Amino acid sequence: MSERARDAAARLRAGDTAALARAIRWLEDGDALGASVLREVAGAPERAWRIGVTGPAGAGKSTLVDALITELRRRGQRVGVLAVDPSSPFSGGALLGDRLRMQRHTLDPGVFIRSMATRGRMGGLASATHGAAILVDAAGFDVVLIETVGVGQDELDVAELAHTTVVVSVPGLGDEVQALKAGLFEVADVHALNKADLPGADSAERNLRALLDLETQRREGEPRWAPPLVRTVAARGDGVPALLDACDAHRVHLAASGEGERRAATRAEQLFYALLREQAPQRLLARATDLDRTIAALRAGEIDAFAAAEAVLAGGGLPAL
Amino acid sequence: MAKRIRVLLAKLGLDSHTIGVTVIAKALRDAGMEVIYSGLKQTPEMVVRTAIQEDVDVVGLSSLSAAHMSHFSRVLELLRAEGASDKLVLGGGVIPERDAEKLRAMGVAAVFTMGATTTEIIEFIERWWTQREAQ
Ligand SMILES: Nc1nc2c(ncn2[C@@H]2O[C@H](COP(=O)(O)OP(=O)(O)OP(=O)(O)O)[C@@H](O)[C@H]2O)c(=O)[nH]1
Ligand SMILES: [Mg+2]
Repeated sequence: MSERARDAAARLRAGDTAALARAIRWLEDGDALGASVLREVAGAPERAWRIGVTGPAGAGKSTLVDALITELRRRGQRVGVLAVDPSSPFSGGALLGDRLRMQRHTLDPGVFIRSMATRGRMGGLASATHGAAILVDAAGFDVVLIETVGVGQDELDVAELAHTTVVVSVPGLGDEVQALKAGLFEVADVHALNKADLPGADSAERNLRALLDLETQRREGEPRWAPPLVRTVAARGDGVPALLDACDAHRVHLAASGEGERRAATRAEQLFYALLREQAPQRLLARATDLDRTIAALRAGEIDAFAAAEAVLAGGGLPAL
Repeated sequence: MAKRIRVLLAKLGLDSHTIGVTVIAKALRDAGMEVIYSGLKQTPEMVVRTAIQEDVDVVGLSSLSAAHMSHFSRVLELLRAEGASDKLVLGGGVIPERDAEKLRAMGVAAVFTMGATTTEIIEFIERWWTQREAQ
C-alpha cells in the first residue's frame, strides 16, 4: 500500500491532475491511501497561497472565484480551486453547482477545479478540504482558491485554512446584520461588496464601512491591518483586479508583520486538534476490548453510560459490575 | 467515512434543454450520490477534463442533436487515451434505437431515452457500483 501511495505522491508532485484528483477522493472516502499520500508530501514547505472565499448563499462567490481565476491567470499564476457545497442531510447526496460558473477555465491546463461535498461536516468546508489544499499545493499550483458553502452562522473554518480570507457580501436590507451574526467580520481579511451594480450598493457600502471601523477598533493592538473593502461586479469582472491587489497587500502584510508566522503556528495547532477530533473516536472504539459486552451490559441497565464511556476512554474493557 | 458515488452530468453540443438534466440530478442526489452538473454546450474535451478533475465514477451524457454519435465516440476515445475508461458512461436524450445500439457497441454502458424513469437510471448505476465494489 505504501508503494501505491509513494507512486501516487510522485505522480501528483509531477503535476498529474488525475493522480491529484484520485488522492483527494481517497481523503474524502476515508481511504487509508489518502492519509499515506498526505504523509508522503507533508513536510515540504507550504508554497501555495491559499485564498478563502466565503459569504452568504448566492452572494456570487463562485462567480467571483471564476473572475479571480481569470485575473490570476493573467498574472501568470497556476490556480487550483476547491469549491465546497453542502451534502443533503437527508440522503447524503449533493448537487455540486459551483463549478458551473467556472466552466470557461475547464480546458486551461494551468487551472484545476475540484468540487467537494461537506459530507456531514459543519463549518463550511468538507473534512477533506484541508488535506486537499495541501495536495493541490504539492501538485505545483501557485494559488489555491477555496470557496465555502453559503454561510449562515458559525461556518468559519475557512479562516483556519486560508492565508487570506475574502468575505463576500451583497447589497440588501439586513445582510450586514446577517454577516455580523455569522461572525464574518471577525474572519475577514478583505471584504468584497459584490453585485455593486444593484441598487442599494452605496448604502450597503456606508453600512459596511461603519461596521469596519468598529472592527478596526476591536483589533487595536494587533499588527495593523485594516481589512479593505472592494466593490465588485463579479459577473463582469469589474473590481476584480483591485480585489486581488487587496489580497496581495494582505499577503505582504502577513510576511512583513510576522502575523503570517503566528497564524501558521495557530493553524498547525488547529489542524492537529481537528485530526484528533476526526480520528480519535474510531480509533478508540477499534481499540476497546469487550465492546460488545460493554454495550450489552449498558443496554441491559447493568452499567450506566458514564461508566461504560469512562472504561473505553481509559483504554480498558468492561468495567467491574 | 462512507464512499459516495460521484456522477458528472453533461450536455453535449448545442441543445439548450436543461429541465431533464435537472430532474435527473435531483433524483441522483436524493439517492445519495454526489452530482456535478457541468452545464450546456460541453465539448467532449471539456467533459473528459471535468470527469478526471472531479474523479467521478459515472459520466452521464445527453445529447438531443444529431451529432451525438460523433460526440459520444470522441468522449469514449478521450477517456481511453487518458487511462480513465474505468468510468461508467451513460447516454440519454432523444436517440433512435438504431443509434443506441451503435453507442452500446462503442462502449456506452446504457442508453436511456425519453421514456426512461429516474428509478431505472439509479438502479442501473447502483447495480454497477455494487458489482465493481465487490471486485
Ligand atoms: N447582478 C449581479 N449578479 C451577480 C453578480 N455576481 C454574481 N451574480 C449572480 O448571482 C447568482 C449567484 O451567483 P453564484 O456565484 O452562484 O453565488 P454563490 O455565492 O457561489 O452561491 P452558493 O455557492 O450557492 O452559495 C448568479 O445568478 C450570478 O449570475 C454581480 O456582480 N451582479
Ligand atoms: Mg457557489
